[in-house]
Amino acid sequence: MTYAAAAVRSEGFTPPGPGDFDLPAIGGGSHFELFGQTFVLGVTKPMLQIVLAAVIVGAFFWVASRQRAMVPGKMQFIGEGAYGFVRNSLARDIIGGRDYRTYVPYLFTLFFFILVNNLFATVPFIQFPTFSRSGMVYGLAILSWVIYNGAGIKRHGFVGYLKLQTVPPGISGPMLLLLVPLEFMSNILVRPVTLALRLFANMFAGHLLLILFALGGEYILFEMSAVYAPVGILAWAMFVAVAFLEILIQFLQAYVFVLLNAMYISGAVADEH
Amino acid sequence: MGGSLNMIGYGLAAIGPGIGIGLIFAAYINGVARQPEAQSRLQSIAILGFALAEALAIIGIALAFVLKGSNT
Repeated sequence: MTYAAAAVRSEGFTPPGPGDFDLPAIGGGSHFELFGQTFVLGVTKPMLQIVLAAVIVGAFFWVASRQRAMVPGKMQFIGEGAYGFVRNSLARDIIGGRDYRTYVPYLFTLFFFILVNNLFATVPFIQFPTFSRSGMVYGLAILSWVIYNGAGIKRHGFVGYLKLQTVPPGISGPMLLLLVPLEFMSNILVRPVTLALRLFANMFAGHLLLILFALGGEYILFEMSAVYAPVGILAWAMFVAVAFLEILIQFLQAYVFVLLNAMYISGAVADEH
Repeated sequence: MGGSLNMIGYGLAAIGPGIGIGLIFAAYINGVARQPEAQSRLQSIAILGFALAEALAIIGIALAFVLKGSNT
């Protein structure tokens, strides 16, 4: 144990770590043994949150689109504005072409699903970003991977699609030997990983920072001598400031995830050079 | 002197994205200064570039916490 860690632990403050993200199953959960490891079966809070987000997004847009009035009421106006934002600035401007509307449902649902899940980190009494559990993000990344590769294969055929992704235009000869594996790795293997990791790491780091400020401030205020109290108040003020920054990051990460998806789809269905 | 090698790694990893984001927004500010009408068109490119560069720093801080160091 390092000197600093020993000093801190002897005073009683344990800094937060990834273990703080392992929320327990509600009601205990049941354990079972497999291959010498204990597994827990149960429903945890992030699982409930991700279902709640799906219900919220679905219900909101269903209610917003029910009236279908020519002159929209308030709900319909908000719903149309939200849909129009994704359809125009994300799908039409980036994918463009004649068949961008095939991908609008996916991008639109993805954007609001990720946004609501991210905003759960700010909502009181929930205060846990669902996508700080990396397993939740891998599902989205795999779905995105299947969709942009599937769209490309449907458009160009399997070999044609691979050629489009791995062979840059205007290169021939021995450079290809170097470039094709590099492009294959970068366009087909690494993309879902970076998509997932970007969203997961942003949510994880932001939430960890908030936990640190909250617990640290509480420890300084209540468990250390009163002469350190201003530092504790400062820690809590930083908590509020970083919480607002996190709202910006939540919007940004949802936007960037969908923007990158649109760019990958656009690159996959692009016409040959 | 104690501490974690992970944090030194994160500190080194944050140099690149810091410079990168500075360059991106310098280009954005220059573009808007030359042609203010282009602000909304350049903004989405700037945000995309910022998120891509920031991803590396964020991966650094996340892995610094998640991976087990050898000294701590």
